Amino acid sequence: ARSQNALGHVLLGLLSRDTLDEDAWDEIEDTLISADIGVAVAREITEALRTRVQVMGARTPEEVRALLREELLRQVTNGFDEKTDRRLRTARHGDRPAVVMVVGVNGTGKTTTCGKLARVLVGDGNTVLLGAADTFRAAAADQLETWGKRVGAEVVRKGEGADPGSVAFDAVRQGIEGKVDTVIIDTAGRLHTKTGLMDELGKVKRVVEKQATVDEVLLVLDATTGQNGMQQARVFAEVVNVTGIVLTKLDGTAKGGIVIAVQRELGVPVKLVGLGEGPDDLAPFEAEPFVDAIIGE
Amino acid sequence: MFETLSDRLTSVFSSLRSKGRLSEADINATAREIRIALLEADVALPVVKDFIAHVKERALGAEVSQALNPAQQVVKIVNEELIEILGGETRRLRFAKTPPTVIMLAGLQGAGKTTLAGKLAYWLKGQGHTPLLVAADLQRPNAVQQLQVMGERAGVPVFAPEPGNGVGDPVQVARRSVEEARRAQHDVVIIDTAGRLGVDAEMMQQAIDIRDAVSPDEILFVVDAMVGQDAVNTAQAFMDGVGFDGVVLTKLDGDARGGAALSVRHITGRPIMFASTGEKLEDFDLFHPDRMAGRILDMGDILTLIEQA
Ligand SMILES: Nc1nc2c(ncn2[C@@H]2O[C@H](COP(=O)(O)OP(=O)(O)OP(=O)(O)O)[C@@H](O)[C@H]2O)c(=O)[nH]1
Ligand SMILES: Nc1nc2c(ncn2[C@@H]2O[C@H](COP(=O)(O)OP(=O)(O)OP(=O)(O)O)[C@@H](O)[C@H]2O)c(=O)[nH]1
Ligand SMILES: [Mg+2]
Ligand SMILES: [Mg+2]
Repeated sequence: ARSQNALGHVLLGLLSRDTLDEDAWDEIEDTLISADIGVAVAREITEALRTRVQVMGARTPEEVRALLREELLRQVTNGFDEKTDRRLRTARHGDRPAVVMVVGVNGTGKTTTCGKLARVLVGDGNTVLLGAADTFRAAAADQLETWGKRVGAEVVRKGEGADPGSVAFDAVRQGIEGKVDTVIIDTAGRLHTKTGLMDELGKVKRVVEKQATVDEVLLVLDATTGQNGMQQARVFAEVVNVTGIVLTKLDGTAKGGIVIAVQRELGVPVKLVGLGEGPDDLAPFEAEPFVDAIIGE
Repeated sequence: MFETLSDRLTSVFSSLRSKGRLSEADINATAREIRIALLEADVALPVVKDFIAHVKERALGAEVSQALNPAQQVVKIVNEELIEILGGETRRLRFAKTPPTVIMLAGLQGAGKTTLAGKLAYWLKGQGHTPLLVAADLQRPNAVQQLQVMGERAGVPVFAPEPGNGVGDPVQVARRSVEEARRAQHDVVIIDTAGRLGVDAEMMQQAIDIRDAVSPDEILFVVDAMVGQDAVNTAQAFMDGVGFDGVVLTKLDGDARGGAALSVRHITGRPIMFASTGEKLEDFDLFHPDRMAGRILDMGDILTLIEQA
């Protein structure tokens, strides 16, 4: 809220000025930085805006604001086709279920996202099987099982310390046998810096691919994450070929601006956003509300 | 790819080296580079601004203009200031005169509270204490079981009278846990609470109610080292809400630069007491301000720079 006021203030201040001075531009850049967009991208956006303001001769705060919004939207859209590229591939194909893998660093909201996603799919009349391939975290499988009960999806699990690959394998096998529409595999949180754990994740995916194709690998990023999010995205993408981003915890004050750089570098769109801890708090990503939250109403 | 701070400063300094003395413009140029480095390390913007203003003030003062090597002096100032803010008055846990000592954990969802509860219990046990873990997160699915597993691993009993998953009153559980600790002679009580957002008034009130029910000796704010600019909003919201006495920085085993440490310390004035550095019980340490300063500033490089400057 603070940053919104700040920008509103700056733009209003422009009314009384003949030219946009350096301070005003700095403040616009600062607003972007405060949304975790990062210095480099914030600077790029501000520069592009400056050029356009010059070319268009925009003067009023409303005009400048509209141009900023446009510029941000362009960055967030990143050349994606908003109608198709952010869609999730969860439909059964041939005699096999679609397989969705959910990955990310510790505590970002993977298990919760598995539960919410299952809820959406079940609500649309699909059958969903959840695979508890986090065999490491204390009570992780119990947590997924609670979600399964809550949303009407069965859970495949093994004991603590079991091989996550074998859980994933079993989940997909049961999914095939039971003619399930979608299998969602929850994986343990792991920092991208831990090569052993990253190798293990790659293995989980390869094991699944012995029986089916992995249709989606969703990287769950926490909206509060700062510049480290880029690092996370790079490494996960290398290991498991991420196909979409889920941006969680957008119900707080964090704006999640790091996804702009992530989308651009990976060429992979944000597909879903997490807006709370309840089963219905998952929504498709939409560029406009995302941008409006950054620049304020 | 971003340039590293040392790349940037090297180019600034190479133009300075020939001069021997720093003009105000030189200091401004250096300050700009340091500003970017701090932002890329996720130090929150308002904190960066205060920090840079302070560094500039010192840099313009006598200690720099009279130094043999002014550029080196500026970097030294930055490092000193970082350690100063991060360290401040570090302190140990305060134990109650009449046990049990009550420690309450609070923070955002997924920050690492439950894991930390287990680690803290394990650490205290190793020092001869007899802690009791308290399952007062009755919200998040299977938080109670998670704490029970942590307790089992740590060899520390867990007070978990309610099943959780939406059933039970966390305030009651917290209150009763202190009675239970007195009865069973536990000298420390560690209360795990549900994750909550700074903007969730209802959940913040619940934390306040837990606090008021048990009058903790320490409320520890648990914060993820990967957090970015939002650190200021969240730290301020928890400070204004439930309040806290100390900070624990988690997930320091990753490669996040951890600027949030500086932000939280600067905004709230509360000391950072512990560092959580992994998923295992023993991945836990006292907080070291000098290491953190080096991490935020990419200090390995900076130290070489100081030598070259
Ligand atoms: N406010 C909010 N909380 C969320 C959201 N998504 C998840 N959470 C909470 O964040 C915490 C962590 O969520 P999990 O789903 O357990 O995260 P995870 O990535 O599976 O964690 P690990 O398996 O331990 O790595 C829980 O308290 C969730 O309720 C969201 O969109 N908004
Ligand atoms: N790598 C690493 N992981 C950690 C650390 N501390 C906690 N975790 C992991 O982070 C995830 C979340 O930790 P929790 O202890 O469940 O966090 P919490 O704050 O209790 O979460 P909620 O109760 O859902 O709000 C788990 O996967 C933990 O294993 C740490 O220092 N390093
Ligand atoms: Mg999980
Ligand atoms: Mg917890």
